[in-house]
Amino acid sequence: MSAPAIRVSGLSKRFRIGERVRYKSLRESIQNAVKAPFRRGRRAEETIWALRDVSFEVASGEVVGVIGRNGAGKSTLLKVLARITEPTEGRVELRGRVGSLLEIGTGFHMELTGRENIYLSGAILGMRRAEIERRFDEIVAFAEVERFLDTPVKHYSTGMYLRLAFAVAAHLEPEILLVDEVLAVGDAAFQKKCLGKMSDAARRERTVLFVSHNLAAVRALCGRTMLLQGGKLQAVGRSGDVIETYLSLLADPRSDGIGAEYPRSRHFRSCVARSADGSPTAQVTMGAPLALDIALRDLPDYSNVVVGASFWRSDGTKAFGFNTAMLGKVFSGRDLGNATVRCQIHALTVTPGTYQVTLSLTNGADYIEQIEDAIHITVVGDDIYGSGFLVSADFGVSYVQGDWTILGRG
Amino acid sequence: MRTAVPVERAPTLVIEPGRRFAAFQLKEFWQYRELLYFLIWRDVKVRYKQTVLGAAWAILQPLATAAVFTIFFGRLAGIPSDGVPYPLFAYAGLLVWTFFAQGLTQSSASVVGSANLITKVYFPRLVIPFAAVLSGLVDLAVATPLLVVMMAHYGVWPGASIVAAPFVLVLALLAVTGVGLWLSALNVEYRDVRFVVPFLVQLWLFVTPVIYPASVVIPRLERVGVPGWVLGLNPMAGVVEGFRWAALGRGTAPVSLISASAVVAIALCVTGALYFRSVERSFADVV
Repeated sequence: MSAPAIRVSGLSKRFRIGERVRYKSLRESIQNAVKAPFRRGRRAEETIWALRDVSFEVASGEVVGVIGRNGAGKSTLLKVLARITEPTEGRVELRGRVGSLLEIGTGFHMELTGRENIYLSGAILGMRRAEIERRFDEIVAFAEVERFLDTPVKHYSTGMYLRLAFAVAAHLEPEILLVDEVLAVGDAAFQKKCLGKMSDAARRERTVLFVSHNLAAVRALCGRTMLLQGGKLQAVGRSGDVIETYLSLLADPRSDGIGAEYPRSRHFRSCVARSADGSPTAQVTMGAPLALDIALRDLPDYSNVVVGASFWRSDGTKAFGFNTAMLGKVFSGRDLGNATVRCQIHALTVTPGTYQVTLSLTNGADYIEQIEDAIHITVVGDDIYGSGFLVSADFGVSYVQGDWTILGRG
Repeated sequence: MRTAVPVERAPTLVIEPGRRFAAFQLKEFWQYRELLYFLIWRDVKVRYKQTVLGAAWAILQPLATAAVFTIFFGRLAGIPSDGVPYPLFAYAGLLVWTFFAQGLTQSSASVVGSANLITKVYFPRLVIPFAAVLSGLVDLAVATPLLVVMMAHYGVWPGASIVAAPFVLVLALLAVTGVGLWLSALNVEYRDVRFVVPFLVQLWLFVTPVIYPASVVIPRLERVGVPGWVLGLNPMAGVVEGFRWAALGRGTAPVSLISASAVVAIALCVTGALYFRSVERSFADVV
């Protein structure tokens, strides 16, 4: 029996929420000094534990999934293991070279060509130059960008950019690989390719810790899965079992899934889902109305602010997206400021299942902020056609209201 | 059970809160030398992208400044230049000064500018300000041949003193690295640094013997009982005077000035690295 590749004991990480004001400046220091008598005491209290007393071991060659709701501490866990941020308490032992893949395109520079970015990004991700040279052709072939190697990546299409960025990262060969939600981008074909590469890694006996909201991918790739909830390790075991636990946790209307708060988000304060009668809920009947009350904060003075929400199934398919721009409604940051906005869906025409909602704020074409898996909505089946037939997810993501009739008998 | 990969021999990395790493992590820094190289290479590649004149800017900046100085300070104000033609005097000084000013500006913004890397991947953070400073050496190398041309034009040749030039450049590197480490780390916590830097560079130019020779200041200092080496507490005073002496070969070696500057530059570097190391652990949380 070999020593575990990853051993984590009593790991905790505390964040100060006061640090939401991301950096200090002289003006803020003066403001704070003025407000100090009122604020200091409270500020010191405003901390949250992103991770609390987490302990686990991962054997070498094992692929372990990490799931949990937003703010459960999944990304913080990876960032501590990747030495990006320091733990507040506890101890981590890692045996072997560690590579982390927390983002697609880390270190890419828009002005540089594809060829140059392969070297730069490779070096930043921890590859040696000789290693990059050895795998260069493989990376290019995987990314399918041969013809554009000497074009600056700013002229690449989004798809090409993602393929190249993932290709570099996918050819990292550390003994321990930490992967965070990088598969949530790109089109279906691209995602399939990425998943294929991930299972390659698994076959090559590398130790992988894989954070994802894509439960189907976790089920397929990971033998074991850990469930984090509120910074604590809630469950760990066979992936199928843990995913079931997670889904039942989400589906439970008494769970705190009714509303969510985002203390670490810059512009989203909270989100509450409400049923037709206005009461908070995490569960709606298919076809019923649903309202999302989204509280914002500290919105900068942008001119073209669009608020949006998109619904995703647990297998990673997007059910729909709905935003204010579709209705011709564009706000100024000043208008929104600390407002609460309501997203009213008149009829939720999706098939039963648990949906993860992504909230987004954009300014024109630029993302201001996005919260994936901001809240969960469980849609339960109903006899919508009055025939006793229950439409299931097997029929697709959405269902239609309609009828079949015979027009003529030939 | 899968067959285990042989990782027993792999080194065990331990992560604990407040763990002090070896003071300067020299070994790890060395392991990441290729990253340092690639970051320097990126900075150099990107700096003059989409400019018409490209790397010529590296020459134009000190040259244009030297021309203005020559007209206003050399001709109109009649500032002495230690027996060297004023344009040559000014260009030699501006060559090392520009390296310092650019390095200071670039490195102070470097850590904040690399926030996207710092929050996503681990590497010794010291690599970032070092890369910013070292990429300035390329500009220095581009602008140096013009100095040789000017020396040939004015018939000024260095003697044996030229062997001291590399040491003076190392001193310049130490000075800018020291200041860069301090400012880049401070900038993470206090964005005021961004406003201080342009101002600092401007003031620093005036207290450094670039426009005027140290020989006009030192006698006045001595007259009021202050030893001349005090001027060297500004590390760039020793660098600029030292470089002019080494490259142009006039006068005697400003030994006390250079010594004072070397002590200050080394102190800045050591304290800067210590400060940087002491705050870098929270960079990812704050930046």
